[in-house]
Amino acid sequence: MIRVSIPSQLQSYCAGASRVEATGATVDQVLRDLDRRFPGIRFRVVDEQDRIRRHMRIFVGSEAATELTAPLEAGDEVLLFGALSGG
Amino acid sequence: MSDPVQLLIGTRKGAWIFRGDGGRRDWAIEGPKHLGQIVSHFVSDPRGGGTMLMAAATGHLGPTILRSTDAGASWAEAAQPPAFPKAEDPATARAVDHTFWIEPGHASEPGVWWAGSSPPGLFLSEDDGVSWRGVEGFNAHPMYPNWVPAGAGTPDGPLLNQIAIDPRDADHMYIATSTGGVFETRDRASSWGPLNKGVEANFLPDPYPEYGQDAHFIAIPPTMPDRLYQQNHCGIYRLDRPADTWERIGRAMPPEIGDIGFTIVTHPRDADTAWVFPMDGTDVWPRTSPGGRPAVYRTSDAGESWRRQDRGFPAEQAWFTVKRQAFCADAGTPLGLYLGTTGGELWMSDDEGEAWRCIGAHLPEIYSVVAAPLA
Repeated sequence: MIRVSIPSQLQSYCAGASRVEATGATVDQVLRDLDRRFPGIRFRVVDEQDRIRRHMRIFVGSEAATELTAPLEAGDEVLLFGALSGG
Repeated sequence: MSDPVQLLIGTRKGAWIFRGDGGRRDWAIEGPKHLGQIVSHFVSDPRGGGTMLMAAATGHLGPTILRSTDAGASWAEAAQPPAFPKAEDPATARAVDHTFWIEPGHASEPGVWWAGSSPPGLFLSEDDGVSWRGVEGFNAHPMYPNWVPAGAGTPDGPLLNQIAIDPRDADHMYIATSTGGVFETRDRASSWGPLNKGVEANFLPDPYPEYGQDAHFIAIPPTMPDRLYQQNHCGIYRLDRPADTWERIGRAMPPEIGDIGFTIVTHPRDADTAWVFPMDGTDVWPRTSPGGRPAVYRTSDAGESWRRQDRGFPAEQAWFTVKRQAFCADAGTPLGLYLGTTGGELWMSDDEGEAWRCIGAHLPEIYSVVAAPLA
């Protein structure tokens, strides 16, 4: 099981939850698992070319994940953030 | 009295609805809806279906389409928002940054909607906005790399910024782009060709190219669908089909005002009447009201002449900009006109532009204003 931290921008998809659990061996699999349960959430984080959107950040623990193929192990924590952007 | 009107307001920070009374005097403000979402366009179904669609994104999250079937009381996200196909070559991979324009389909096609995006893409929904697919006739056209050259753009990115459908023929459509100008299809978006003869592109080596223009807005007068008006980056134009060469009717505008602007509105009952909201396109392109004195200009003779209408607007030190989707008309008698400014003000005229009054202020930057019958 992977723990996932949900930023404020996406909590409306998860009934307001800031932390959820998901399954998957990669960041991509975790996002797809989330999307099955919270439809639409993945496309707002990842574009149709499977690129992480410019103003979103994904960390696995304290390490930035720049590719969706980043591997995960049971007990890992995935943290989604809205990057500093905009005005 | 006119039929009650509602104004659907899309802004850089969410959406609002202004619901009017029959006299268009009092307006009840409802909102914000989706506070913080960048709402490029907020429209309702003129075919009586009751659906409202909103093109939304945020500074962080990817784009989506929000949908309401209860007059804006509740909203759900499109199950499949506009998106390009997954590309094999990352170098040519396109991703929708935001949907910019939403167009209800032809009156004969309930449940059909079209959308234009940045980067330029044409999308179609045939289930009332729930799911969307790309229209390969434009998005995969062999000329696409020429019509949408790399590096082309606007401050909001390169745009397929408008879709217009011939009210007589669902197969006959026009699109406006910021990268290639106007394109036309006669086979319901399967094939496209440029329609830009006579339109200037003073930012290219050839100032009158076959394509490459920046078409800000096109308007089809419903009583004369063979006529097109265009507010272009380089002037105001009119085209009466079957001719294919645009005439620069903006030449008749006062030289000190010029004919640069974002949008043009036609009269629903008089094809010779149209309004523009000029902006300063000189020097470094401030894109503000010329001289700080906002005004609309009205033609009643299809662009042969223009008359200034500024009563009610500030007489000085007002630096309005009115963007592409932010100027519209209702269907009342006399016609009501509405415009939203980048400064978050909503202005209206209930006498066809003669006098203006501010009916809303302190909103975020206004991107779109759509007048619709109040259900």
